[in-house]
Amino acid sequence: MTRDIGRRRLLGVAGGAALTAVLAACGSNTGRNGKGSGPELSQWYHQYGEPGTEQAVKRYAAAYGKARVTVQWRPGDYDRQTAAALLTDSGPDVFEVNGPKLDQIKGGQVVDLTAEIASARDDFNQAVLAPKIWQDKVWAVPQTIDTQLLFYRKSLLKAAGVEPPRSVDELVEAAKALTARHRKDKVKGLFLGNDGGAAVLGGTPLFAAGLSLITEDGKVGFDDPAAARVLGKIRQLYADESLLLGAPTDWSAPAAFVQGLTAMQWSGLWALPQVRKALGDDFGVLPFPKDGAGKPAVPVGAYSSAVSARSKHRAEAKAFVKWLWVDGTDKQEDFALAYGFHIPARTSLAKKAKQLREGAAADAVSYATQYGHAEPLLWTTPSSTAYQDALNRIIKGGANPESELKGVVRKVEAELQRAKK
Amino acid sequence: MWFWAFVGPFAIGLGLFTYVPLAWSVYLSFFDAHNTVTPTDFVGLDNYTAMLGDDAFVSSLGTFLLFTAFIVPATYVLSLGLALMVNRLRFAQAFFRSVFFLPTACSYVVAALIWKLSIFNGVRFGLANTVLGWFGADQTAWLSTTDPPWYWLVIVTVRLWLQAGFFMILFLAGLQRISPRLYEAAAVDGARPGWQTLRYITLPQLRATSVAVVLLLVINAFQAFDEFYNLMSDARGYPPYARPPLVYLYYTALGQEQNLGLGSAGAVILALIIAVATVVQARWFGLGRKED
Repeated sequence: MTRDIGRRRLLGVAGGAALTAVLAACGSNTGRNGKGSGPELSQWYHQYGEPGTEQAVKRYAAAYGKARVTVQWRPGDYDRQTAAALLTDSGPDVFEVNGPKLDQIKGGQVVDLTAEIASARDDFNQAVLAPKIWQDKVWAVPQTIDTQLLFYRKSLLKAAGVEPPRSVDELVEAAKALTARHRKDKVKGLFLGNDGGAAVLGGTPLFAAGLSLITEDGKVGFDDPAAARVLGKIRQLYADESLLLGAPTDWSAPAAFVQGLTAMQWSGLWALPQVRKALGDDFGVLPFPKDGAGKPAVPVGAYSSAVSARSKHRAEAKAFVKWLWVDGTDKQEDFALAYGFHIPARTSLAKKAKQLREGAAADAVSYATQYGHAEPLLWTTPSSTAYQDALNRIIKGGANPESELKGVVRKVEAELQRAKK
Repeated sequence: MWFWAFVGPFAIGLGLFTYVPLAWSVYLSFFDAHNTVTPTDFVGLDNYTAMLGDDAFVSSLGTFLLFTAFIVPATYVLSLGLALMVNRLRFAQAFFRSVFFLPTACSYVVAALIWKLSIFNGVRFGLANTVLGWFGADQTAWLSTTDPPWYWLVIVTVRLWLQAGFFMILFLAGLQRISPRLYEAAAVDGARPGWQTLRYITLPQLRATSVAVVLLLVINAFQAFDEFYNLMSDARGYPPYARPPLVYLYYTALGQEQNLGLGSAGAVILALIIAVATVVQARWFGLGRKED
């Protein structure tokens, strides 16, 4: 039996369905994890690749008794998601931040956490804490430290008669020799990322040449002939065709290295368990080698926990951050080492962690401690973009490093003037 | 009442999500709007002069002009060619029409990732390198090589694959509107089928369709974002040599710098360029003019 559906009936049914959907959505899973009493706090994390991390942070949130904490695990372009959300009232109360950047601090988007971190301030790794400080106030609490390293395959270097490189010149020669030795297998000497290293290396070659991005007294730190010299050597790696380019995964994943596409790769500490699982003892790690009178260098950085200035429960959010990342040392250690592989931001925890005491992990911790450089707070996005664009033109286009750097120095000086206002 | 019941929600949506943000963006462009959408520091035309004096923005305009110069004629020729071929088919026309149209259903993001990870990756097991390897060629880092700029091949082919089918359908519709009598009359007058018929009958009859297609192609090219972003960017940023304006503005306004005033000024400049180019083009092709 068929029955015609009239226009009114159709609209009525559609309206009813829409209302039902709205009501169902209201009652659906809201991602709420906290079981405590008190106000509701929203906490955002970027998506970690390591299994178990999401469950861990939800477990920490659920264990907090003074507020009901909702965890949002946000895949995609997290930094831009949070930057946009902080402009609205619907953003997070507590959030992970790869910063905060100076403009976020000066724009009043994050709140002062100096009092919260005070009881343990000296125990936090000072290199990663420094960029969180502006006008003597701490604006975020570091969670875990990450660093980057030069992974090398011992057997491939041995077969080519190459020693692990201790200077940039040796790195250039080693990459060339390894590429030539393994030309038949199409194995390249070195992988610095699919763009030849412009994005990932950043200031590291400058640190290795004894320079800095911004000096301690707030001036351009690479207006020096050594900067052009060391960047010219990075260009040499590209010109020699010693670099692996166009790998399916970029520098942050160790796939190219463990699949045997390259003999050496610049990657992150987080890749160490995966490399060890695939290659056993057939690998070692090094810092970026020194150039001239400089020292070896590794970049260090830390995702940190910050409180949004637009939060309606700022005091409660600050208390939660203190409970989780300052007082909760067990949670910090668990978060850093039980799922992925990071260095706890508290020095005392890093020292006593069993997983960090031997082999390549111990080397990595020692490099991060001895040779670690964090990007200074005054290194703003326009400065970084200008520098990276120049690096791209130097490495891939063969542009003159001296003239390119002159342009960057001018841009950074202008940015410093703006930032210091 | 029924008119407003049906049109109202869309009109409200259009106003709320298109015209209000547009007007707000113009407003922001006259202010120092770092990390805020409700700024207080009026800076006049400073953002505009800063944007027009910014080498990166100016070079991004050059990038999209180059991209437009590649993609518009390439898509036009390919989609017209496909339409002519499909139109002549006596059998399985619907099948081939669907086959060529199907890529239109694929998202730019997915297609870009397939191009980047499977076809044009730079290692020995990438599809393009495997095929070239059979002929003894060395592996090529398609997206990382600037000399020669192979990345353009990747960017252009992905868009061609995605959009040629759609424009083929427009041309097919245009072709099917041409009266067969015209071809018969031409044949009686001694016109040879092929180039002569195409030149003197088909193309003039497709004039209105061609104008619309070129207009849409130019606007599409100006708005290029997804394939550039997904093919060329990494977690840290974007190479300067293939950065179209929308990608640059995305980083300026929505990056951690969050310079929404400067980004808005760039968006207004870009919108003006697109508007002027569209009007000039429409006048040039006589869009909307009554057929003679």
